[in-house]
Amino acid sequence: MSFAWANSYEPKTDLTKWLDEKLPVPRLVYNAIGAGYPVPRNLNYMWNFGVLAGFFLMFQIITGIILAMHYAANTDVAFGQIEHIMRNVNYGWLMKYAHANGASFFFMVIYLHIFRGFYYSSYKAPREMIWLLGVVIFLLMMATAFMGYVLPWGQMSFWGAKVITGLFGAIPFIGEPLQVWLVGGYAPNNSTLNRFFSLHFLMPFVILGAVILHIWALHIPGSSNPTGVEVKKESDTVPFHPYYTAKDGWFLGLVLSLFAFVVFFAPNALGHAENWIEANPLSTPALIVPEWYFYPFYAILRAFTGDLTIPFTGIVLIEAKLLGVIAMFGSILLWFFLPWLDKSPVRSGSYRPLFRIFFWIFVVDMAALFYLGGAKAEEPFIVMSQIATAWYFLHFLVILPIISQIEVPKALPFSITEAVLGKDEGSSKSATPSAPPAGAMPEPAE
Amino acid sequence: MTIRLGGILFGLAITGVLLLWSLLPGALNFAFPTKPDYYAFQEKNIAPEGGFSFDGPLGKWDTQQLQRGYQVYKEVCSACHSLKFVAFRNLQEIGFTEPEVRAEAASWEVPGIDPKDGSAIKRPGIPTDQFPSPYANEVEARAFNNNALPPDLTLITKARKDGVHYVYSLMQGYNEPDPEDVAKSPDFETPPGLYFNEYFYNINIAMPPQLLDGIVTYSDGTEATTEQMAQDITAFLTWAGEPSLIKRKQTGWFVIGFLLFATFLGFMSYKTVWATKKPKKGSPDLV
Amino acid sequence: MATTADNVNAEEGVRRRDWIHIAAVSTAGVGGASILFPLVSQMAPTADVLAASTTDVDVSSLEPGQSIKGVFRDQPLFVKRMTAEELAEMKAVDASGLRDAQTLEERLGEGNEDILVQLGVCTHLGCVPLGAGEGEDKGEFNGYFCPCHGSHYDAAGRIRKGPAPTNLAVPDFVFTNETVIRVG
Repeated sequence: MSFAWANSYEPKTDLTKWLDEKLPVPRLVYNAIGAGYPVPRNLNYMWNFGVLAGFFLMFQIITGIILAMHYAANTDVAFGQIEHIMRNVNYGWLMKYAHANGASFFFMVIYLHIFRGFYYSSYKAPREMIWLLGVVIFLLMMATAFMGYVLPWGQMSFWGAKVITGLFGAIPFIGEPLQVWLVGGYAPNNSTLNRFFSLHFLMPFVILGAVILHIWALHIPGSSNPTGVEVKKESDTVPFHPYYTAKDGWFLGLVLSLFAFVVFFAPNALGHAENWIEANPLSTPALIVPEWYFYPFYAILRAFTGDLTIPFTGIVLIEAKLLGVIAMFGSILLWFFLPWLDKSPVRSGSYRPLFRIFFWIFVVDMAALFYLGGAKAEEPFIVMSQIATAWYFLHFLVILPIISQIEVPKALPFSITEAVLGKDEGSSKSATPSAPPAGAMPEPAE
Repeated sequence: MTIRLGGILFGLAITGVLLLWSLLPGALNFAFPTKPDYYAFQEKNIAPEGGFSFDGPLGKWDTQQLQRGYQVYKEVCSACHSLKFVAFRNLQEIGFTEPEVRAEAASWEVPGIDPKDGSAIKRPGIPTDQFPSPYANEVEARAFNNNALPPDLTLITKARKDGVHYVYSLMQGYNEPDPEDVAKSPDFETPPGLYFNEYFYNINIAMPPQLLDGIVTYSDGTEATTEQMAQDITAFLTWAGEPSLIKRKQTGWFVIGFLLFATFLGFMSYKTVWATKKPKKGSPDLV
Repeated sequence: MATTADNVNAEEGVRRRDWIHIAAVSTAGVGGASILFPLVSQMAPTADVLAASTTDVDVSSLEPGQSIKGVFRDQPLFVKRMTAEELAEMKAVDASGLRDAQTLEERLGEGNEDILVQLGVCTHLGCVPLGAGEGEDKGEFNGYFCPCHGSHYDAAGRIRKGPAPTNLAVPDFVFTNETVIRVG
């Protein structure tokens, strides 16, 4: 951390002094999430979701370890083991429902965290690395959640596993052997269940490692803020503790109240009834859809219904199946390029009138994809998901680069202090402020 | 710059593919739909008058009703449907005493082995046994049921959309197809061996109507009408599917109350912490 | 004057603020601690394990000198009909001189003539003692012998030699009828 005015850790007792010399963990915590980390004072509630995501990661790890004590990854007994947990294990029903709905809340929080990043351009320099690590975490989360959903070995577990591993079969030449290798057979079987359990147990710890890197990378430039103007001086910031610990704390309470409502009064509302039927490899459910948090990407996958051919010749260049797979993975992978696609010098969407319009159109587009991913594969939903998918790619790949060239941003405040207090001595002192530090934003003229 | 150029080209390509090869045929399909005509089944399930005792956040089990439902399961459903995740000992939760559970368990035949020679036999159940399956395996079940498979009933109220009301409706949904529809298309005629039930997803169900008036004689004197039995079996199967339902809701009240209280204190603490940092704009005591 | 009033207010304010922080943090602490309850109790025996905690043994076909090896709470259970010689021999032993002083009557339980019910778990470190099956090593006291660390028990299951601290455990049991014992 490089802010000169940051509080520095002073061990007070003999024990903490001794500890500080041998293994300065208290100092690390103090500088990471304590009073030693200066944070912009103007963060709004959209900045609470990072801490919440960290909370839900730990929550999932703890409830998951407990469920693993009672679960057995064997296709003969897995479904019955879930019932054993629900009926015989002390508070097993609570652990099962908390873990299943915890995954939903984890994704809910993560989506809000990501959309905060979209609106305030949190991916822009000097924070590209934080963003890249975030996309990695999101991909790891998706893999983990997918494998976790297979473990109860219900109908949706089985058919979800079959459909998603089937995606790899679309890859030319190596697809089919790759699919057989992934599954360990010709259809999801006992080997599949075992390896998914093993990986589902491992991945959260990989995610935890990536999260530590994500937070480390965050502490190098410090947190972004709703104005997008970089921190200049002490009055722009407050120490993380107690200011943001208090804010995160009460907001966590609010979100947990909502979570408790779902867990205790509507624990199956976010799931699918079919998954309470034991897996049957010979009978497909009427509608195979993933969990709700995969809907947008599932909609993109299903949008491609026609092969890419050379018109009037019948020569197939790319099959529809492969196109869908490319688009689905591409729709997330393109987030890796976001810092270089959107080159507008202004970060915050609040000061970018044109961007803001398209941001909200994009939000509507994503909402549509969320809806369409869970809808039946029939008209008019297919056409609608094709339009929504096209807009998704246009937004990131065409609209963002173009508006970052043509847009005239609104005037930025001189500093965070000015944005909060309406005045800042520094801004009126001279017409030519001291040279901004490297990487900072150019100040717009009054 | 190369990234942006590449991005724009890739984005236009994806959009182009969608437009030309997917959207156009799709739009044609949309404009001239070729959707087959289905008999519309009743998607909206019915509920008993006044609802079930376990409905809502303050719901409670009606143990008398659960015991009646158990009687219906035992005397009617269990001939074809298993209840494999429930054990006889669980019957204590619906108000049977321990000796009653022992007697109840002993009235069922469960698979066991002969202690002398190890051959497979049937023995009377003990409380720790699970409810036995009426068929040895799926093949036998289908052979006895005109190739239909009677599903396990343990989780039936969770394994169907709006499952509680679905079971209640299905039990009372046996009917005759509308003669006008049958006149329109022979497809609407009920095939032999199947029964018309407008709550079943494809209208024709393999299970014959079961809960005929008076098919059981309730030991508590309640009149065994179809509606009464449908209500009782639905309650029993709801309990079988989720025995922790009521405990869960009661715990929920306590947990949410505590969390809201903690959230309120946290909010007050937060307001106090930020008091000097966030007064109204332009106020002189800002720091 | 105004300064004094301000100071007083400020002090009160500090106290009020402290109160709300302490209340908020300790409430959160109580919440965190109560989460531990389900987290800890989930490891306790599950309902199906608790329900299987009684075992019925039919002793009608048990001849003198024979044993039945049963299972009680996932552990071996030895049920033996002792022979007349064994009963006489065990009655003659002066119990007060033993490491774990118990008479034969105390071992058999009230109203029980000759059926010895005990857990087949050595009280030293939990191995299964030999002696209940045909032809097994009965040890120096013609009863049970634990091969793990050399504990010798007599025919009434009392520790006579070796490291085990107490006699083989006798579980609670009742005769539900003439021939069936319910253990647990």
